[in-house]
Amino acid sequence: MASPVDISLTINGEPVDERVPARLSLVDFLRARMDLTGSHVGCEHGVCGACTVRLDGAIVRGCLTLAVQADGAVVETIEGVSDTGEIADLQEAFIRHAALQCGFCTPAMLLTAAELIANRPNADREEIRAFISGNYCRCTGYQAIVDAVEDVLASRQEGAGT
Amino acid sequence: MTDANRPLSVFDRPNSYVGKTVPRPNAKRLVQGRGRFVDDMVLPRMLHAAFVRSPYAHATIQSVDTSAAKDVSGVVAVFDGHRMQTLCEPWVGTLKHLAGLRSPPQYPLAVDAARWQGEPVAMVVATSRAVAEDACELIDVDYDERPAVADAESALDPDMPLVHAEFDSNLAWTRTVDAGDVDGAFVDPDVTVVEETFHFGRHTGVTLEARATLADYDPASDQLTVYYSGQAPHMMQAVFARHVGVPEANIRVISQDVGGSFGIKIHTYGDDMATVVVAKALRRPVKYVADRLESFVSDIHARDHRVRGRMAVTKDGKIAGLEIDDRTGVGPFSAYPRTSAIEANQVLNLTGGPYRIENYRARGEVVFQNKCMMSQYRAVGHPIACAVAEGLIEKAADAVGLDSVELRRRNVIPDDGYPCSSASGLKFADLSHEAALDRLVDLIDLDRLRHEQSELRAKGVYRGIGIAQFIELTNPSPMFYGIGGAPIAAQDGATVRLDPSGTIHVATSVTEQGQGTDTVMAQVAATAFGVSLDQVRVTTGDTGAVPYGGGTWGSRGAGIGGEAVYQAGRALRDNVLATAAAILQSSAGDLDIADGTVVDASGAERIALSELAKMVYYRGTELPNDLQPELVATRHFRVTDYPFVFTNGCQASYLEVDPDTGLVRLLDHWVVEDCGRVINPQLVDEQIRGGVVQGIGGALFEECLYSDDGQMLNANMADYLVPMAAEMPDITVAHIETPTSTSALGAKGAGEAGTAGAPAAVMNAINDALKPLGAKPLTTHPMTPQRILRALGKV
Repeated sequence: MASPVDISLTINGEPVDERVPARLSLVDFLRARMDLTGSHVGCEHGVCGACTVRLDGAIVRGCLTLAVQADGAVVETIEGVSDTGEIADLQEAFIRHAALQCGFCTPAMLLTAAELIANRPNADREEIRAFISGNYCRCTGYQAIVDAVEDVLASRQEGAGT
Repeated sequence: MTDANRPLSVFDRPNSYVGKTVPRPNAKRLVQGRGRFVDDMVLPRMLHAAFVRSPYAHATIQSVDTSAAKDVSGVVAVFDGHRMQTLCEPWVGTLKHLAGLRSPPQYPLAVDAARWQGEPVAMVVATSRAVAEDACELIDVDYDERPAVADAESALDPDMPLVHAEFDSNLAWTRTVDAGDVDGAFVDPDVTVVEETFHFGRHTGVTLEARATLADYDPASDQLTVYYSGQAPHMMQAVFARHVGVPEANIRVISQDVGGSFGIKIHTYGDDMATVVVAKALRRPVKYVADRLESFVSDIHARDHRVRGRMAVTKDGKIAGLEIDDRTGVGPFSAYPRTSAIEANQVLNLTGGPYRIENYRARGEVVFQNKCMMSQYRAVGHPIACAVAEGLIEKAADAVGLDSVELRRRNVIPDDGYPCSSASGLKFADLSHEAALDRLVDLIDLDRLRHEQSELRAKGVYRGIGIAQFIELTNPSPMFYGIGGAPIAAQDGATVRLDPSGTIHVATSVTEQGQGTDTVMAQVAATAFGVSLDQVRVTTGDTGAVPYGGGTWGSRGAGIGGEAVYQAGRALRDNVLATAAAILQSSAGDLDIADGTVVDASGAERIALSELAKMVYYRGTELPNDLQPELVATRHFRVTDYPFVFTNGCQASYLEVDPDTGLVRLLDHWVVEDCGRVINPQLVDEQIRGGVVQGIGGALFEECLYSDDGQMLNANMADYLVPMAAEMPDITVAHIETPTSTSALGAKGAGEAGTAGAPAAVMNAINDALKPLGAKPLTTHPMTPQRILRALGKV
């Protein structure tokens, strides 16, 4: 097996230095080594989206990204964005609309939705549906998630206008 | 009974939480990534398991060489089928009340022969999952491939190989229902007979959190704790006790956050059992989490039915007779302990259930085959029964020149016709088919839709409207499993306790997988007892902490578990009022509990609950000596008089088919459902929406594709298609509320309804859209673009 690799990165604002096997995925690294279990493993082949995390500000599949690829990068997980309050309104909207049931897809769904909200403030329902179509949810049927995201888009627009 | 003439109850009080949407308190943890799923847990000295699985559908195992695997650094132990056999009692997936059902003993790992691609053959336990998987690569299994039985339709042919040499055929179970004079009904010269063959492909649950087990055995006290992602902790406690060799009383099963289950996580799986067995053998915690590729070939599959049906209809649109013949393939073993015969049994029981049909014959044959095991998954049998009956009704309506809604109206059991029984022997009460159908027709504005449809057809746009009526089996009694000898409780228990802080604590045997059990139980308890919702805490999913009960399956949580909570809440209220009466030198009948306070008839506060509880717990000297207050109450509830509590409803789908590509665009979907008393409207609606989308998955996308030699061809998420947000419509949900008379709470289940009716509605809509193009009716699910183009004769 290839030698372990030293990596230095920032995770949720904290500097981290670790030695990792080259084959270790970013999501396994976050979960098993950093105890950040809010990012989930759903398929490990890049389809379900449950492992979505932020790498240098953009969402990536944690199962298709190697931990070594995060060397020098800034990683944010659901734990980090929860603590900063950055997506508090989105989280509140998810609860209000019952946009989660089992909650397994939810951390990743929230990070995906947050990216949509940041980049496409005028997205309509169809665009919301398209944007979150890389995140599989077996419980809700998606409508409540779309409702929650739509709500936050509207309230942020309102907030921006005042 | 309608709402207007029902006497007022505690649920009608202004401070009642029953019937109100309140948010789920436990959702806050989940949105912050603070859920605690099994794979999130780490125990000291914990090991990880990985499995070698059979690459063949059917093979003799000549030898398993584990020597190289054992030499890998970090590997602690390796097991083959023979070694595992010495550590675990086998199980048999039969039940007494399913007369004639047979299935051979099954072990955690295949012994001598592998019978499906994906069957676990060997197991490695190591210090990390990666090391365990590395070592699995080094295990050398010598297989001698045998011919496989893949196709259920030909599985009983005399020249087919046997899946089990000890049986004389591949038949696992058969049952026939024969009511009335079916032959007479079909030969009557005044009837028109329509017939059709339906196919329902295999699909599977694809819970986003895969199956997961973490077993922790303490040899000092012979105590086994299993953290288990599942739905029925007490059932698993009994199952582990029977097969692992630890006394049942020494086993604690904990199911906390569960990442979806839908019936997938309620069966005995060899890999899960092996994990528990090995934790005991090694005296160390062992974790196993299925990876997605394993899930596809080891989680139970569902459906895989071929149903031939025919319906006789009189000129005036009365269904004179119905006959179906169901063949289903269930893999090589009947699942344990619920069996794999229930789905076929449900198809026989449920088909045509909304209608008055006196002459009904149904035959079911359950056959063994060399494919992944098949068993109960959400809405067991319902989507098949519904699609068969509703598909035949569309055909019959065409044949006699009636609108299909009108034909349904002429045949549904009238709302004033209860209680009654169906031809298959089901007992019905408190249903509302007529009201539901009327409501649906209003809701979808059928005339407007028809108008729009015909205008668009003139422009070459093919839209279809599909309607389906269904019954839904909920709140099962012991007639479902317990009667057949399964360690499956049909009753549930609840304990409600008043604490010194004035809060009440509810422990319920119903589990939470995201449907909102905690919230619903809190709403019922708060209402029954008389406190605000923030004064209620709920514990679920721990055999060491909750009363004995069945857990969550068969849409029983709110109806059965909720009634137990209601009764326990009322009993605690009586206890508290008796205590208050003694303290206040009043009479319990003159007191009440409201908003956390004991009040008198005028509503004036007499004593706060927290004060009463503190007096009881801390300052007993202030109480009369002859008073021993019980600030806790436990009640259990099971459904009596009826084997099941049925709900009813109907669905409509509006969609557009592109005849050039075969692609279906879902435009709208509506559901009218009567689940009795609605406790939390939002949570009920979300159950139904999620269920509809799972039903749509089966109707349009999801299929476990197998080759002729039993290889699953699309066992990954890229090739097995699940519904994603972009393809799904918004879904409108409406309710008729006919409370069940079997309980005070009046709640029926709602978990199956969406999945039960959606495939039939979508199928009928597709066929409606394609009618002007002369397509053959689509009756094979999923209705993929390829199948649609084939029906149009284009490929």
